[in-house]
Amino acid sequence: MKKESWRELPIGGLNVHPGNSVSNLTGTWRSGKRPEFIPENCIQCLFCWLYCPHLAIQVKDGEVVGINYDYCTGCGLCAEECPAKKKAIVMVKEEIALQEGGGQ
Amino acid sequence: MRTKKILSGNEAIAEAVRQVDPDVMAAYPITPSTKIVETIAQFVADGLLSGEFVCPESEHSAMSVCIGAAAAGGRVMTATASQGLALMWEMLYIAAALRLPIVAAIANRALSAPINIHGDHSDMMGARDSGWIQIYSENCQEAYDNFIQAFRIAEHPEVATPVMVGLDGFIISHSMEPVWVEDDAAVKEFLGEYQPHYSLLDTSRQITIGSLDFTDYYFEHKRSQLAGIEKAPQVILEVGREFGQKFGRTYGFFEEYRLEDAEVAIIVLSSAAGTGKEAVDRLREEGLPVGLLKLRVFRPFPFKELAEVLKDKKAVAVLDRCVTPGAETAPVATEVKAALFAYEKRPFVVNYVYGLGGRDIKIEHFQEVARKLMEIAETNRVEQPFGYLNLRE
Repeated sequence: MKKESWRELPIGGLNVHPGNSVSNLTGTWRSGKRPEFIPENCIQCLFCWLYCPHLAIQVKDGEVVGINYDYCTGCGLCAEECPAKKKAIVMVKEEIALQEGGGQ
Repeated sequence: MRTKKILSGNEAIAEAVRQVDPDVMAAYPITPSTKIVETIAQFVADGLLSGEFVCPESEHSAMSVCIGAAAAGGRVMTATASQGLALMWEMLYIAAALRLPIVAAIANRALSAPINIHGDHSDMMGARDSGWIQIYSENCQEAYDNFIQAFRIAEHPEVATPVMVGLDGFIISHSMEPVWVEDDAAVKEFLGEYQPHYSLLDTSRQITIGSLDFTDYYFEHKRSQLAGIEKAPQVILEVGREFGQKFGRTYGFFEEYRLEDAEVAIIVLSSAAGTGKEAVDRLREEGLPVGLLKLRVFRPFPFKELAEVLKDKKAVAVLDRCVTPGAETAPVATEVKAALFAYEKRPFVVNYVYGLGGRDIKIEHFQEVARKLMEIAETNRVEQPFGYLNLRE
């Protein structure tokens, strides 16, 4: 995407495109670990969805279905907050997760 | 109908506020600007102002209210001084970067410590890089005139930059002088309608202000902010001329007093210029070719215009009512030197700090400076580039 010169920007640093944070792929910040969702352990409390600072928990019809790695920064809050006896989200080393072919 | 009233500088500002009738006035009273806020409160109580008067819990909040109100598209003012302006600090930069045309009256006062309520320019000079336009006033009339013009300058669509108008604490803020208060309708007509660039209340155009910038945009946004203050010189001159045509008092970047044929010059801001002019008259009677330049607009600094009138002088003394610790030039001198540096032939420039914490500057001190300048002009030598006036050594 071509970035504007200073002459092309709206006055006062205004953001004139509401909701444009979707174009900011915060998943590019992620390093080290990523969360992995284990559906069979999930009790559907939605705590992970509530706590995720980047809305990276994917919910369909009121149920957690996965994690959007385009936006997940790997902060680990979801895994920390997961109250299930057997955690439904665990943090996995990025390279191991990739070797296993998970996510992107 | 225009009337001549006996007003203090603070009351003159309040009269201007009454005539401008801003949408929102937010201020936390602080000496020596308290009377501005107090008089505005009285005007509100008397039904003479239709805008919203907000008394927040601090100056930081006062400037925050101003920013919110201006971002909603309102015409907004505040008044403060010294520690109050210092407490507004981070919000000043935000007001300027959001291009909000807020107008602030600053009754210039020394900064603590030691605590002191009297006049010097440390408060506004500290805000010199905040992005605000800065205009200084010599007397009560100028405080009134500058404050009205400030709205026109700030609200000009290509400027859209906040303006602070300085008046020396106590010396002007509390001294009573005859002031022409122009006709209410004529002032309204001079001001015109304010058309904001944006309003948070405009639901047809959804915007976010003050959002996060990373390394890829901050620099461009900062540069685009400067377009406003870069346009300001032209607008300041246009507004100053139009004010003159309408009300008989024309304003520019600075005032030259017996400067044209002078060989040496003294530069000073605000109330001390009155004393300086009297000193120049007396020195001229003695046959000394001394002139005075009273700087009115400090930001944007009129580099070229100032250099043009000074470049052929033999020696120039800049009098600063503010000190820059660790530097051998106070703020005004720094800019004057920078303005002249591009010229192959330029005058010697010396710098004197005077009047900190309201210390008097008298005719004899200007005479002392003028004699030093004559000595420099004759010997082509500067013994002491930096010094103090009326300080017990």
